[in-house]
Amino acid sequence: MDQGSAAGSGGTFISLSDTEQRCYSGLYALCQPDSSGKPAAGKVAELFRASQLPAETLHQVTEACGAKRLGYFGCGQFYVALKLMAAAQAGLPVRLESIAGELPLPVFVGITNELEMHYPNQPLTNESQSHILGSVAGSAPRPPADRPVLRHPDTSMDKQEAWSPPQSPGISPPRSPSAYRSYPYGAQRNGTDTLLAYDAKVPGRPSIPQENSSPSYYSVKLQPEQPVITRVASVERLVERVEVDYSDDPWRITEEQREYYTNQFRSLQPDLSALIMGTVAKNFFTKSKLPIPELSHIWELSDVDKDGALTFTEFCTAFHLIVARKNGYPLPETLPATLRPGFVEAGVVTAPPSEATLPLIVFDENMMPGANQLKILFGSVDLQVTSRPGVTAKQEARDESRKPEFSPKRIPEPHEKPIQHVSTLKPDSPQELDANMKSRTRPRSYSSTSIDDAMKKVEEPPTPPPRPQKTHSRASSLDLNKLFQQSGQGSRPSQHSLSAKSGWLPPPPALPPRPPATQIFSFLPGSEKSSQKAVQQPNFADFSKFREEQESSVRGLSTEDLTPPKSESTVVHQGHAPQKPVRRKLHPESQSATPPSATPYSAATLTKSSQRPPPKQKREIQMAIRKNRETNAVLTRLNSELQQQLKVVHRERVTLESQLELLRPVAST
Amino acid sequence: MAVCIAVIAKENYPLYIRSVPTQGELKFHYTVHTSLDVVEEKISGVGKALADQRELYLGLLYPTEDYKVYGYVTNSKVKFVIVVDSSNTSLRDNEIRSMFRKLHNSFTDVMCNPFYNPGDPIQSKAFDSIVSTMMVQAC
Repeated sequence: MDQGSAAGSGGTFISLSDTEQRCYSGLYALCQPDSSGKPAAGKVAELFRASQLPAETLHQVTEACGAKRLGYFGCGQFYVALKLMAAAQAGLPVRLESIAGELPLPVFVGITNELEMHYPNQPLTNESQSHILGSVAGSAPRPPADRPVLRHPDTSMDKQEAWSPPQSPGISPPRSPSAYRSYPYGAQRNGTDTLLAYDAKVPGRPSIPQENSSPSYYSVKLQPEQPVITRVASVERLVERVEVDYSDDPWRITEEQREYYTNQFRSLQPDLSALIMGTVAKNFFTKSKLPIPELSHIWELSDVDKDGALTFTEFCTAFHLIVARKNGYPLPETLPATLRPGFVEAGVVTAPPSEATLPLIVFDENMMPGANQLKILFGSVDLQVTSRPGVTAKQEARDESRKPEFSPKRIPEPHEKPIQHVSTLKPDSPQELDANMKSRTRPRSYSSTSIDDAMKKVEEPPTPPPRPQKTHSRASSLDLNKLFQQSGQGSRPSQHSLSAKSGWLPPPPALPPRPPATQIFSFLPGSEKSSQKAVQQPNFADFSKFREEQESSVRGLSTEDLTPPKSESTVVHQGHAPQKPVRRKLHPESQSATPPSATPYSAATLTKSSQRPPPKQKREIQMAIRKNRETNAVLTRLNSELQQQLKVVHRERVTLESQLELLRPVAST
Repeated sequence: MAVCIAVIAKENYPLYIRSVPTQGELKFHYTVHTSLDVVEEKISGVGKALADQRELYLGLLYPTEDYKVYGYVTNSKVKFVIVVDSSNTSLRDNEIRSMFRKLHNSFTDVMCNPFYNPGDPIQSKAFDSIVSTMMVQAC
């Protein structure tokens, strides 16, 4: 049979010496009844029993070699089992590394004698396996440091057995700095030597951290082997796992370790989804007797969300780092990939840690090897998952406190909850979380440039200079203004317009009363023209009447008549104070006829007039002017004639008086 | 880029000082020490106002012919001082502010570590790395 291939198929690289190969093949032949290559379980069991190893050890061997997993002993497994038994008999812990080197052949009592012959007899009882911690001295040949790397697909199971308490001949003294010397546990370092010698993969003994994390570390009760067995048994139930190339990475947390951490976490904080406060964690980790700076560094590495508290993941990370450190591994500067919540298995597609937005399902795979198994195993995981929302909320609360700037550093953040073995249960929340993580910002009250901006006074644009006031601010029609302005070429146009406009409103008291009639009278000739002009506008509608009146008034006008109408006009004028001064005698009838209704009428007319087209008004105004002029001329002539008459009459009177005086003395005689 | 970055505690003793030309450290230590007076003066000036109304960024504390000193104080009276080379005229106020912001964030991270006792010198590697990114790249 091809041991090489068999070994290869088993995923194991075990170097078998010639003798070993011979023996093993012989044994294999013994046990192999059928041609399919699977040794009969009965035969194998018989063989195992013949090795005189205690049942538990045999169990461990079985687990270690992967037979349990496979369900049968393949060639590779068989060989491994044999080697493990040899190791066990040699007093070495039943672990894969133990068999990496040259070992005495296993002793199987009761099997074919010829085989026995070959086996050097080094029956070490199982007591060696129950060795108390701390014992040491290489009772058994310590595997040389240059052992070939041993890989086993089923390392986890291996760990399980190895984890059982006092495992074994601690052998070489701890290589780590003296700081750990006092550690009762310090023992189990066999792996360390080996591991440290290899720069290739640190054939990590996850088992080492395991051991170190064993109860004694924290003065927890030593777990009896029973639990190991039961655990092993439970593992049997696990779904067949893909044989992943499980590099023995010291930074990888195995299931047992995780379970241990879970228990420890529970001891500090019953709720797995809650956080452990910084002080609590500090006290707890201080028990590990690591120097404070190192603990501080570990904290820095593991507290990925920088919130001063540890989630379950962070706790596991920190614990693992502590364990590793105690085992002599130098602390990394940054969190190792496998410890980051988003780490991926070697066999699985590697997701870069920065992929915070990995869908949860990927997380699942990434989580840990055998996540599926854990699904079944850890009912508690469900708890964690269900309490996700609580954590999410909490995280969101903390999210407020992160700055996006630090996201590169916080790469680990997004995953956060590797707890999501059962990630599939809650695919959403972690993604939310991721988003939250990504968008973390620290709400700082630090000054920012915006404050400067705010402080800068925004200069109001200078108030625009007050607009030049138009001539009038009244809302009345602009036409009137135009009208007035047009008509008032010679006279005060704007003033007139203003005053005229305001005529529609209740008469403002501002305007001074019109000069008395007498003055008007004296000014009549001169003022008539202008006033008449102005008056024309408002009383546009009256113009027709005005003309008629003008004619009639000119005809029938006498000096005596002048005054009363004037007075009337002035009165009326005062009623229309803003109105054009001289309502004048030319309007006697209209005004006298309708004094009470003058205002409204005039208002109406004014409005009407205002509506007249300007050109028309202009024409009529001009006609009115002409007529006024004629009237003026007529009246002037009349005036002169009358004055002459007055003179003549005055002379006659003088002569008559003189004659009278002459006649009087005569009359008296 | 800064030539010297210092973190001073509330009681005015240094928690962290780092300068780039490591040989001339004494000069920078002295500068930082004297700048504390200016900081005190600035933060006491707003005594009547509430602390949060006071701006954390203090701005240019004082310039000398060789370099300029900028200050920043947190609400817990922890001061950050950055000394920059005067010849580096391209550094704008915004950049200084962002440097302070990063410092503040990093300092908060250090504070969150339960293993750090406030008042101890800062020995966090993360903080160191942040500071290194801000320091002048020694040529």
